[in-house]
Order: sequence, then C-alpha cells, then structure tokens
Amino acid sequence: MKHTLSVLVENRPGVLARVASLLARRGFNIHSLAVGPTSEPGMSRMTIVVDAPELEQVKKQLHKLVNVVRITELDPANSLEREIMLVRVAAPAGKRGEVLEIASIFKATAVDVGPSSMCFQISGTPAKINDFLDLVRPYGIVDLVKSGRIAMAREQKTKPGRLRAVN
Amino acid sequence: MSTITGAQALITALEHEGVDVVFGVPGGAILPAYDPLHESPIRHILARHEQGAGHMAEGYAWATGRVGVAMATSGPGATNLVTPLADALMDSVPLVAITGQVPTSSVGNDAFQEAYTTGITMPATKHNYFVTDVDEIAQVVREAFHIASTGRPGPVLIDLPKNVLNATTTWRDPGAVSLAGYKPTVEGHPRRVKEAVELITEAQRPVLYVGGGIIKANAAAELRRFAEVTNVPVTTTLMGRGAFPDDHRLALGMPGMHGTYTAITALQKADLLIAIGVRFDDRVTGKVETFAPHAKVIHVDVDPAEIGKVRTPDVPIVGDARRVLGQLLEAWAGRETPDRQPWLDTIAAWKRDFPLRYDQRPDGPIKPQFVIEELYRLTGGDATLVAGVGQHQMWASQFWRFSDPRRWINSGGLGTMGFAIPAAIGAKVGRPDDLVYAIDGDGSFQMTFQELITAADEGIPIKVAVFNNQSYGMVTQWQKLFYGGRLSASVLGDGVDYVKVAEGLGCVGFRAETPDEVAPTLEKSLAVDDRPVVVELVVDPDEMVFPMVPAGASNDEVILGPDDLGRSS
Repeated sequence: MKHTLSVLVENRPGVLARVASLLARRGFNIHSLAVGPTSEPGMSRMTIVVDAPELEQVKKQLHKLVNVVRITELDPANSLEREIMLVRVAAPAGKRGEVLEIASIFKATAVDVGPSSMCFQISGTPAKINDFLDLVRPYGIVDLVKSGRIAMAREQKTKPGRLRAVN
Repeated sequence: MSTITGAQALITALEHEGVDVVFGVPGGAILPAYDPLHESPIRHILARHEQGAGHMAEGYAWATGRVGVAMATSGPGATNLVTPLADALMDSVPLVAITGQVPTSSVGNDAFQEAYTTGITMPATKHNYFVTDVDEIAQVVREAFHIASTGRPGPVLIDLPKNVLNATTTWRDPGAVSLAGYKPTVEGHPRRVKEAVELITEAQRPVLYVGGGIIKANAAAELRRFAEVTNVPVTTTLMGRGAFPDDHRLALGMPGMHGTYTAITALQKADLLIAIGVRFDDRVTGKVETFAPHAKVIHVDVDPAEIGKVRTPDVPIVGDARRVLGQLLEAWAGRETPDRQPWLDTIAAWKRDFPLRYDQRPDGPIKPQFVIEELYRLTGGDATLVAGVGQHQMWASQFWRFSDPRRWINSGGLGTMGFAIPAAIGAKVGRPDDLVYAIDGDGSFQMTFQELITAADEGIPIKVAVFNNQSYGMVTQWQKLFYGGRLSASVLGDGVDYVKVAEGLGCVGFRAETPDEVAPTLEKSLAVDDRPVVVELVVDPDEMVFPMVPAGASNDEVILGPDDLGRSS
C-alpha cells in the first residue's frame, strides 16, 4: 500500500540522509522522494511516497528526528499529486505523426527531436503519466526519467450543508 | 569582548552546562580541546579505550541522572564510541559525546584518522552535529545537552573538526533552546488520564508493568504512592529494577525471559496492564501474540513511537512518567482503595509455591546465586550494583532485593558485554560515597578489564566480583538447551589468574573457591577502600539461569528449573 507523506524539515546538511536512513533502518520502502525549498526560510519540503502496510510507525519514527518539523499524510482524494517525466520514444519519420497525436491529447510537449526518436516532457497526476506511457510504449521507449512525486493538500472544500444555508 | 578559540568555547560551554567530569581519550584531532580542559575545573578521567570512556559516561548518567560526557578523537576514537552510543540509545541514557574530526579542508579526502563520524553514528544517536562554524559551538553544546536530557533521554554526538576548534570566536551565551522539530510532550492528556482511572477502577486483576522510564523520570516515589492507593501489584523490568522496592508487599519481581514465575504469570492472567515507561520488549513479552492475552492496556510513555509499536493500547498516554503518575494520583483522589483480595491471594500463592530457587551444597561448587545473596547480606543491600551481560546479570537482577532507583545499572537493550567495569567506574565517580560493586562474568570481564587501570590510576575504588565459570555462560546455557550440548566456541578455560591480573593492574585481588570462602572473601573486599578490588569467584559452570521462557515461546511456558526441562518442550 502506497502512502504519500508531506514532511516539513529544517534545511540542514544531512537531513535527507537522516530521513532516508531512518526509513531504511525501520524497514520501510521508499517508492519516491522529492525535496526542495519552501516559502519559509530555512525549511524544505519532502514529499515521500512509502510502501508500507500502515503509516503510524513511519510517522512516529520520522517525528523523532530533531530536524523534522511537521508530517502530514496526504489523502489522494483531497490532494494534488504531480509528477514530471521526460520520455524518449522511438519514432522514425513515418511514425512521428501518430506519436505527436497521442502527445497532444495528453498535453505532452516535444522537447527534442532526432532522426530516430522524439523526447516528450509531460507533467500531471501519476495516473495521467502512466496512461501516456502505456500508449507510447508500443513504439518503443528509448529512455525515461521521472521526478519524484510532489503533492499538496487541496483547500478544504466548503461543506455542502453550509452551501445550502447560503443559498 | 575577548577572543577565544573554538576549543575554549567548547570547554566554557561544558562548564556552563554544569559538567564536572569528562571521560575520554585524547588524540590528534581532539588535541585542541584537551588544552583548555587542562586548565578547567572539569575533571578529566583518562579511559584506556574509548568504549570504556563511553560506558563510564553512561554509568555516571545512570547513577546521577545527569548527562554523562565522553570525549574522543577522530577516526578510531569515534568508531570505538559507537558501542556505548548504541547502548545509550537503546537504554535511553543521557549522553553527550564530543569527537574531534580532521580539518574541514581534509574532510572527504580519506585523511589520516578520518571517519565519517556523523554518518556512522546517525542510527546510534538521538541526534548528532557536525560543526563547521566556530560561532555555533556554544549553541550546539546547549542544544545537545537539552536533547540528551529531555523527552526520552539519549546520546547526542558533536563532531568538531580540528580547524574549527582552533578558529577564534567571541563567547556569547546561547540562551534558551528553541527547536522547531523537537518539543517533547510531558503532560498526559486529561481525558486519557480519566479513562485510565476508570479502567483501573473496573479491573479485577490489574498489574503495574513498569520499567526504565520510571527511573529516568525520577518517578519512584509517585509510583509507590499510586501502587499503594490503587492496591495494584508491580513488576519491574530489568531496566526498572529499583523503581519499586522488592520488599514491598505489592512487588512481583522481574518479568520476562528470566523473570519470576509470579511476575510472568501475573501478566499472563491480568485483565489490565498499567504499563509505564516500558516498551513491551521481546525479552518481556515472549511470543507477542500470547502475551497478557486477557489484558486491556494503559500505556504511558514519553516517546509516542513506543505506544502501539508492539501492542496497541486501549488507553495511550504520551507523557513523562512522573507527571502522568501525578495526574493519575490527582484523578484517583477521593476514591477508596480497592481490596483486590482474591487477586492478591492468588499472587501470594504463586510467590509461595514458585519462589526463585537454587541449591547450594556446603561441599559443592559455589552457586552464583549464593554469592549475590551473601553480598546482599553483608552489605545490607546498601550498594549500587553494576552488571555486565550474561548469566551473572540475570542472577544479580533476580537475587538482589532492590530498594532504590539508580542503584542497579546494566546494559539491557543492547546487551553489551564488558559494560560492568567501565560503568561502575562512572557510577563511582558520580556518587563517590556509595559502595559500587560490579557483578561481572569472566567473559564480560575479559572484554573491558583494562579499565581497571583507569580505576587504579584515578583512585576510583570500585569492587568487581568476577563470576568465573570458565565460559560464556549464557551461550553455553543455550547450547546445552537448544544446540544438543555442543559447546561451540563458548568455553574460555581456566588460563587466567584473576588475582594476578588485578594485582598487575594496580588493584587488590582475592579469590574464593568454595562456598565457605565466599563470605570471608567478600568481607575482605568490603574492607578495602583505597584501591579497586577484584574478587574472583570460582562458580559452578553447570549452573543455569531459571526460570526461563525460551526465545519466541509463549510466557505460559515457564521452565522453572533443570528438573522441569522437557516438560514444556
């Protein structure tokens, strides 16, 4: 079972190693991990996708790290999850039209074209990226690189009850 | 403002933390720190190995409740500290370790005596620091002591490159600590406390299952009051021996693999566990699925990660043991003390029918349990006991009747053989007026006995009883029970003359070989007060530790003694 954790950490040397080492030591498998600075000075945000039957222990153990400030588990239904992918698809001259057509449906951008292949950049939900990948796979994938997943909670939706009251 | 070096800032910062003693071994990269230490009122105790320095700092911390400080150089100095750091992390011992490091310009270049200390110790510390800016030293030391001593205590390491120690700065007191990611919860949630009291009121067969958390939180007095007003019997884990007096009518003794039948069985039959400062360790629970199967659980711990890690509690309470016991006492106030007679009668019957036992024959070999009982008798129990790891540790824990916290010191979680001698030195330094007696095995002794040189040289008159069964006794016990009696690599032989070893290292040595020699020899050891003493006790190599619940077995399957073997297998 994959869970997405949004972890606010102090931006100190070694903090990534601490988080990764702790997850490894406690036997949790990291599916992906993305990290970057936030709007708060001195703070970084890690989006960690872990493979674990339950998250309580992961969260509690992470909390014990002195440089970890806040941990939020993101519910996929109430959060925005994004990945970015660069994928080089085998596309000789005769196939380019078909491949470009698929790409345009997915709003994937051709960022490099060579004699035998085209490279696309695509961003979006993990599901969208996987769907695109499934469709271009038959042409032959020459190379592929994916960012880790980044995610953010959606703003709390207005409760239906309150909405009715306003109406 | 006058200019000082990083090294001076370090020593000044240690003085400001109230440090009165540092245990360490010097070397190249840490040399700058040793220079101002020479002028400082802080006492330095020169260990003969960094592992010894680390365990001394642990013993000091155990005995005093204050942060122990160990110092070592880079590379091998730091790697030799890893065992005590891991030990302190497992047993929640507040420790600050200071290590030298090669100059920042050489870091990463495989310089002489370079090791990636912060990387190596990351999983063996509560937190660690690599300091690259001399202006941060005072702040880092303040934070390190705060982290080591608050919440669930533990070891913190500060790695200081030589050029940072040599750089200049001005002294500024760092003020109070504020860490965004570290704010331990000490107060229990009031609603949970109320729920706990309700469960205790309803319970017919409650047991207080308490451990090291009581000792760390200095909560023994509150525990005793709470046990008495609620009339709940108490079992103290290996880490919690002394948290509740063994002579008390509600005391059950130690639970777990080598616990008393009464404690083990009371937990199995209980309908409520009030677990405080314990972590449901495998040595206590045996097979988790069958541990205390009828019991609801109230779990109090300052470390939220311990709650629900092994057993999901019905009432979780995150907080400091002393504060939460205070809250529980307050919430209980006004209630009548339940008489719980049927439960206490059942327990009394177990105590009567299944006591700890051994058979000392006057003409037979010395039984180790007899030595512990004799030492207890001769000292009136007025001593701090420090154990190594193995059979002798279990016998000491079983047969000594503890009455005070911080007077039983051992390596529980990590099970570090060789812990006793250096930890006893640290304990004696911390509490010089106390009689500190190390109980060691010959195997454990052989791992760190060079620290007797430290004890003799520094004038730290500890006493060490070496239970010589010419083997790694606990290993042979398992080999006899579970490996067809094949004593693979576990027999040490009789090639060591411990009296001569003691004398050669500047200590006094005595030996007892027969039961009638035990008391007079121990008495002789008690009479020496100017030098460390080693007493070799030639004990029965065939004696095993019982009761025993084999690893992974259910706690319903207690093996009571050698005559009981095979009954439950």
